[in-house]
Amino acid sequence: MTTDWSSLDPALADTTVSVTIDGASVTVPAGDTILDACTAHGVDTPTICYAENLTPVNACRVCVVEVEGNRTLVPACSRPAEDGMEIQTDSERVRHSRKMVLEFLGTTNDLSEAPAINAMSERYDADITRYATDHARFDQDVKIDDDLYIRDYDKCVLCYKCVDACGEEAQFTFAIAMSGRGFDNRISTEFDVTLPDSACVYCGNCIGVCPTNALQFKTEFDLRRAGEWREDEQTVTRTVCSYCGVGCNLELHVQDNEIVKVTSPADHSVTHGHLCVKGRFGWKYVSAT
Amino acid sequence: MADLKLTVDHSTDAERGAVDAVLTADDHAVVRVTERLVRGGMARRKARRHLLLPGLHALQAEVGWISPGGLNYLCDVLQVPPAEGYGVATFYDMFRTDDPGHTDSVHHVCIDTACHIAGAEQFAQQLEAEGKQVHRGPCLGQCERAPARFVQGRGEPDHVPADTSGQPAAPHRASVRRLLKRVGVVDPTSLASYREHGGYAALARAIDIGPDAMIDEIRAAGLTGRGGAAFPTAIKWRGVADEHGRSKHVIANADESEPGTFKDRVVMENDPFSVIEGLTLAGLTVGAEHGWIYIRGEYPLATRRLRHAIDEARSAGLLGGDVLGSGQAFDIELRRGAGAYICGEETALIESIEGFRGEPRNKPPFPSTHGLFGEPTAVNNPETLLSAMYIAEHGPDTFRLEGTEKSPGTRLFCLSGHVAAPGVYEVAMGTTLGDLIELAGGATGTTRAILMGGAAGTFVGADQLDMPLTHEDTRERGTTLGSGVVTLFDDSVDFMSLVLRIAEFFRGESCGQCVPCRVGVVRQHEVLVELRDSGAALRPERHELVDDIARAMADASICGLGHTAAGAVQSAIRLGLIGGTP
Repeated sequence: MTTDWSSLDPALADTTVSVTIDGASVTVPAGDTILDACTAHGVDTPTICYAENLTPVNACRVCVVEVEGNRTLVPACSRPAEDGMEIQTDSERVRHSRKMVLEFLGTTNDLSEAPAINAMSERYDADITRYATDHARFDQDVKIDDDLYIRDYDKCVLCYKCVDACGEEAQFTFAIAMSGRGFDNRISTEFDVTLPDSACVYCGNCIGVCPTNALQFKTEFDLRRAGEWREDEQTVTRTVCSYCGVGCNLELHVQDNEIVKVTSPADHSVTHGHLCVKGRFGWKYVSAT
Repeated sequence: MADLKLTVDHSTDAERGAVDAVLTADDHAVVRVTERLVRGGMARRKARRHLLLPGLHALQAEVGWISPGGLNYLCDVLQVPPAEGYGVATFYDMFRTDDPGHTDSVHHVCIDTACHIAGAEQFAQQLEAEGKQVHRGPCLGQCERAPARFVQGRGEPDHVPADTSGQPAAPHRASVRRLLKRVGVVDPTSLASYREHGGYAALARAIDIGPDAMIDEIRAAGLTGRGGAAFPTAIKWRGVADEHGRSKHVIANADESEPGTFKDRVVMENDPFSVIEGLTLAGLTVGAEHGWIYIRGEYPLATRRLRHAIDEARSAGLLGGDVLGSGQAFDIELRRGAGAYICGEETALIESIEGFRGEPRNKPPFPSTHGLFGEPTAVNNPETLLSAMYIAEHGPDTFRLEGTEKSPGTRLFCLSGHVAAPGVYEVAMGTTLGDLIELAGGATGTTRAILMGGAAGTFVGADQLDMPLTHEDTRERGTTLGSGVVTLFDDSVDFMSLVLRIAEFFRGESCGQCVPCRVGVVRQHEVLVELRDSGAALRPERHELVDDIARAMADASICGLGHTAAGAVQSAIRLGLIGGTP
């Protein structure tokens, strides 16, 4: 459970704002974003670069909505709701931009392991077949530097989540950053050195926030390659990490009685979804014989 | 921040020397004072991050690229994570992160609009035949002397060959001489000459009447920003002035990179003290002590003249602890960009000064409350500052004697392409497009189209010569004044090739932060490549696709680059310049 600090700030205490969402009046606490207001009102807003445990970067633009009086659409994830805002979440204009963002990603990346994004594409009638057949794509080789995790940047939609989780939002390691410019942007270490040569400490928090499986456990990668990854058969067991006394919660994903990957709940008050190398990868002893 | 981990690569003496020459001991993020006392920490690191760009410039100039060892040293000095340093270095055109394999200067040849039709490609090939290292790239801001070249020096300073072959083409005529009154008249290297020609009269009066009255006069004058967005200057300045009790900044946005724009260059090269005075006026008016000039890296002469002017002004007490006896402190730091069109966008510019990639911020919050280093900041184009000076000196009523009710004052226009005398022209707003072109000697051929506002603007047909050059009239006719670009194209131009280059320009200049722009500019370019290769008319489904792309970029991109990246292409299709008869 997260703490609602707003109740401790006299400036925010007991203040609310009222907005109109698709014609309906909605009141939310001051400081909430348009996305929060939409969620409170039961409007399902698509998001890709947004994560509840990271500061919004509003880069993917799939959550854009129409706000009366604004020349352009605005990102719901980062724009605070203001009193009197009239918001349209399903206008033709909104649907159009969302559809185009999804077409742009669909024509650029391998989204085969991003079911949530594919569901959005279906919802907004994204049609990736109408583009030139030889259009530019990311086309990156999978980077396998070690036995812990792989980086398949052909799947990377440049949502900045891994960069932020590696940096000031969680880990403060700064092993990766955005490099290049424009369509050539890539998540990279300095001079693209391998992870063991970089500052990476293998906390795996980047994997935890990746929305497209561009970053994945080597165990998952190997099973997928062998055609043996069966997510629907997996169980997820929540437990407490056995290494130190901090009390991080782990979610052990188990297939055929073997741990295949470890996650942590984003809403957990200790971890906020983030772990260290031991909690993330140090579980081989469980099945050691 | 965790301790930095550097790669095994070592810097050379030359690299360390280059960095040490621009970053003094006090600039280091960690300083060992005695055996046991070390100065460092987060605040110190953050306060020095803005020195990253100057450091990268130093490395690039010294060894021709940013090597792993050189980057290590710079990152260690400033305590910047190497991955982030690399991310910044790879963002800019003027830096390279792979060994060029030669020790020569690099000749940048512009291949955009005016240079495109002036034989830029042949020029580039000729330089290559001479054995020179050539880099074909975006507009260099020398459109009046197309095809343009800028030499990124190695073993010699950066320079523009045309500068040394005589004074750059001065403005040829002005129907009203306000902003250009000293250009070609004053000695750009002499403060005494500047003062003899009325310099610092504007600042003296601004100090005399005080900040509130100054802002009121600018509001009464109806001044709007001359960089392209035409935002009311008084609102911007009032916003910053109202942020009491905080450290504040004013920035001169001299990163003019819009293809076809070179007005600020002409002013800065020929009347640099005016930019210093204008920025000082802005600073004292909004209550900022810190002034910055962010100038594009391809303007070596203007950079030199501004640096000299800043030093002169400081020696004369016109910058420093007590500006012109006002009791107020104000000083200016100059920063060179490194080849990125996007850094002309004010929040990208701010990120760039801070030592980050030039990725625009989402607004709100606006720079007037959260600008440079998170502090209130006013960002203005040099021409805007000069206009504010005119108002300070002569008052709003005199300012309004020229121009229209809704678009008062004069403006600088950059004429290039198929026109007799390309150059910068100052005319009253409301002057017709045709009269402006006549002032520049008229078209040299049969005009087929005119590009208004540069690559981010739109094409208009020759039937628009009666259009008054005001914000309201251009808007009504679906075009823009933008940054004052007027590029003429006669009927000999291959528009398919020209428009394709404009699309390629955006493909190369999008920062890539948001999806609509990062991918949209690429898909737009691809549709045009396909169209060119087909040799046929634009098919309806392709027309629909390119319109769909344009709409999403305009609606959903973070910044103005994405919002305008389809304007020229869309207007070219509408006018039948490409794609067949509309």
